[in-house]
Amino acid sequence: MLLIACPWCGERDETEFHYGGQAHVAYPPDPEALTDAEWGEYLFVRANPKGEFAERWVHGAGCRRWFNVVRHTVTHDITAVYAAGQQPEDRNGVTA
Amino acid sequence: MSSRLPTGGRVDRSAPLRFTFDGVEYPGLSGDTLASALIANGVLTVGPSLYRERPRGVVTAGVDDPHALVQLERPQNEPMQLATTVELCDGLVATGLQGRGRLEEEPDEALFDKTYLHTDVLVVGAGPAGLAAALAAGRSGARVVLVDDQPELGGALLGGREEIDGRPGPAWVAEVRAELETQPETRVLTRATAIGYHDRNYVLVAERRPDRPGGGGRLWHLRARQVVLATGAHERPLVFAGNDRPGVMAAAAVRTYLGRYAVLPGRRAVVFTTGDSAYATALELAAAGAVVPALVDTRPEPPAALVEAARAAGIEVLAGSAVVGTEGEERLTGVRVSALTDDGQLTGAVQELACDLLAVSGGWSPAVHLWSMARGTVRYDEALAAFVPDRAAQDVRTAGSARGRHDLAGCLTEGLTAGAEAATAAGFPVEVPATPSCTGDEPPAAPRPVWLVPGESGDPSTWRDHFVDTQRDATVADVHRAVRAGMRSVEHIKRYTTIGTAHDQGKSCGVAAIGVIAQLLGARSPGEVGTTTYRGPYVPVSFALLAGRERGPLFDPVRTTPVHPWHVRRGAVFENVGQWHRPRYYPRPGEDMDAAVLRECRAAREGVAMMDASTLGKIDVIGPDAGVFLDRLYTNGFAKLPVGSARYGVMCRADGMVFDDGVTVRLAPDHYYLTTTTGNAAAVLDWMEEWLQTEWPELRVSCTSVTEQWTTVAVVGPRSREVLAALAPGLDVSNEAFPFMTVRHTELANGLPARICRISFSGELSYEVNVAGWYGLALWEAVLAYGAHAGITPYGTETMHVLRAEKGYPIVGQDTDGTVTPQDLGMSWIVARHKDFVGRRSFARADTSRVDRKHLVGLLPVDRAELLPEGAQLVAPGTDVTAVPAESLGHVTSSYRSAALGRTFALALVRGGRDRIGDTVLAPLPDGRTVAATVTEPVLFDPKGTRRDG
Repeated sequence: MLLIACPWCGERDETEFHYGGQAHVAYPPDPEALTDAEWGEYLFVRANPKGEFAERWVHGAGCRRWFNVVRHTVTHDITAVYAAGQQPEDRNGVTA
Repeated sequence: MSSRLPTGGRVDRSAPLRFTFDGVEYPGLSGDTLASALIANGVLTVGPSLYRERPRGVVTAGVDDPHALVQLERPQNEPMQLATTVELCDGLVATGLQGRGRLEEEPDEALFDKTYLHTDVLVVGAGPAGLAAALAAGRSGARVVLVDDQPELGGALLGGREEIDGRPGPAWVAEVRAELETQPETRVLTRATAIGYHDRNYVLVAERRPDRPGGGGRLWHLRARQVVLATGAHERPLVFAGNDRPGVMAAAAVRTYLGRYAVLPGRRAVVFTTGDSAYATALELAAAGAVVPALVDTRPEPPAALVEAARAAGIEVLAGSAVVGTEGEERLTGVRVSALTDDGQLTGAVQELACDLLAVSGGWSPAVHLWSMARGTVRYDEALAAFVPDRAAQDVRTAGSARGRHDLAGCLTEGLTAGAEAATAAGFPVEVPATPSCTGDEPPAAPRPVWLVPGESGDPSTWRDHFVDTQRDATVADVHRAVRAGMRSVEHIKRYTTIGTAHDQGKSCGVAAIGVIAQLLGARSPGEVGTTTYRGPYVPVSFALLAGRERGPLFDPVRTTPVHPWHVRRGAVFENVGQWHRPRYYPRPGEDMDAAVLRECRAAREGVAMMDASTLGKIDVIGPDAGVFLDRLYTNGFAKLPVGSARYGVMCRADGMVFDDGVTVRLAPDHYYLTTTTGNAAAVLDWMEEWLQTEWPELRVSCTSVTEQWTTVAVVGPRSREVLAALAPGLDVSNEAFPFMTVRHTELANGLPARICRISFSGELSYEVNVAGWYGLALWEAVLAYGAHAGITPYGTETMHVLRAEKGYPIVGQDTDGTVTPQDLGMSWIVARHKDFVGRRSFARADTSRVDRKHLVGLLPVDRAELLPEGAQLVAPGTDVTAVPAESLGHVTSSYRSAALGRTFALALVRGGRDRIGDTVLAPLPDGRTVAATVTEPVLFDPKGTRRDG
């Protein structure tokens, strides 16, 4: 059971959270401008790395806030937690 | 004949007990396990083996016993218990099992519970190393939890003769326990087995509570900053011909039975060992009065001091030798011993020795189960001949024999060090205490592992009495066959032979099996073969323990509306909709569901009816950008919806598939009141939050669930207006003043403030009256009273379904399944052309714009009385339904009897369905019949909508 440091509530058990898949896959600003292949890429294609992975979680049974986590998919080590809308490199300003 | 020794042991001779095993009553003592009490009564055989029905006896004194399975009948019924871990109590009744138990049909009434706890240091195991670790960690002031599976702390010290600080081991244990009890932050759990080790030091501990009436237990969920594993080691069996006979026991277990339980498992005992530790067993057997004709040591030159001590006790040491066979039927009567060459072959004459006990020590395997579950790696240590912990993957340490350290002083030092280091790492710095002096357990000399004692004749393919896994009756011949079949991986051989898959999951035989496999593969050592994967739980646990209190009504929260007590009094038949308990129909005396639903439908279509619609999901969407936000989520527009008006909307996922639908009311320029499908309310709120927080944080909108803040009663039918007029005397209910799809606020005749929406899920003139949740029952009773003169009829979800289906209104999740677009539902009209919304781009994808997608259509069975089963597959006439796969056109999603139509009807998703209107499709049913039906438009009743708008 992971221990996830919600940026707003602190460390809580994994069961309080829901998983939200790969982070930083933004909704395209103009979907109509995309080809079917590009739109399909947005809809269906996600990275599946063996290693560090930036992903979204939501503290569903707590503050209900979405945030981002960098988790190692082999060891489950969480190396960063940062707010929605931030990039992993500017996470220093986030309480984790 | 009693095998109980006159003195010694941890049993209480002043507390005699009676128990029954296999129908025979025996005496026992408080402090016994069922196994020790049986052995005290000369009973060693517990049950025949699973496949070959060979007699089998008790082997160990703990959780690693491969044979001692019993069905416990009293004090409570528990299948598949180990006699070696069942604490004896007065009146206990048990029977031996042949490898499988039987589940009691009655519910388990014992109390099981869960406890959640955070700790700084968790120590698993309360043998010398674990006690030392807990002591050192506890002195730091850190929160410490010590768990041990035995009723008493002390581990091997309880049955041994070692001395610490000049006193017997148990005296030191008592002293440590006393100090732990004075530490305010230390908690000691006995009868508590750590069963699983998960991410981030999350450890599950199963605690038995036999002291409570009816038994039961607790499942502890522990989260520890630091963990010390002092889980000890399991003594390995040896693989030789006839090694499964009752009377063949683990040498350390024999010592435990002697020292801890004061029972003598045999009168004439041979000891067979690959290392030092079994010498103590031989000496203590002799001291207890047994004849020990020989100690068979595989090592050609055992340590001289041990040999000397054995000879002084009258025990002949047969060095460089092995037991190669056993004699006896129900019980061992003798063994055959042969000398071994340097490369492990038999040499010289075979010697026969009469005995009724063979104490075997094949070496020690550290209990690395939890370590491995924590993703720690193991390595094979050639000097120890064992797999030992290598690299940790979490904040965990090992101490004592769990990491291959077998002398007492070493175990204490490692425990004290690990405990102090763990506390320090958890933020409670503390010195490592000095190791007390101890005697009686010196560092052992090197063992000589023998993984496979050759048979006296034949070759491995014929060694069918060389048991590798006695629980599975799997032998060297079986492993040989697996290797001959080309298998090399221990994981493959395990699955092929089933070795290690029985109730102890390889605790007893696992490493011995790896040794045999290595031997047959010609590998240099078991290290080349490696281990199988260790998985939890460490010991079997009951579902009752895992469930705890979450069973029966507490299994899942049950949600009911404020009107629920009335529904119950009225005799409603309920159905579960998500977590909601909703009335399905209200049968009158003598009515079945069909009759009740036809009556309720007639009332709604011809007079007036009412339903509790409170379970509908309700969300307040508030803020200056609320309209913009809803425009982006719904396929149709909401920003321009006039205040006081309502609009039906459909939401799609980004892939264009329908996700939810419902009516939204605009209460104020910045306040929308949105309704969702009953079962989808939480998902819709989550969906809205996700978009607001992750994509459009600039929108000034907040979403709040108000499902339970409002009670909603639908008043439905041609006479609903007159009921509403009486119920809400201050409201102008005329069609002009209160038109379809509008909302009004008023005070009801009984004084309740109400929000009334004129919306319809039935196609009839209908109003949904909302009041604050806690007034729900008063509202319901008022509607009932003001409708009494019109014969108002309560109806349930089944009637609701029929009414909406007659109108072709789909239910998301029943008529859709995540692969259905609004266009598939025939709702192109609701898809806006001139704004973007989630899912819009997907409608232009090749697959989504196909013309032969499955469409929602109506079906009229040709036989007007034939009710198609929901889920029935549909095929075109002439389709060969015996072909695999037969070509399916789609399936029935909803199917009912209609009072209004005077016949049955259905909704279905049919490929290219709108182009098949008027065609016949066939439904081949599981009972062999094929039912024909005509495809129609989905709206079968009042297609122009005049009733609703009147």
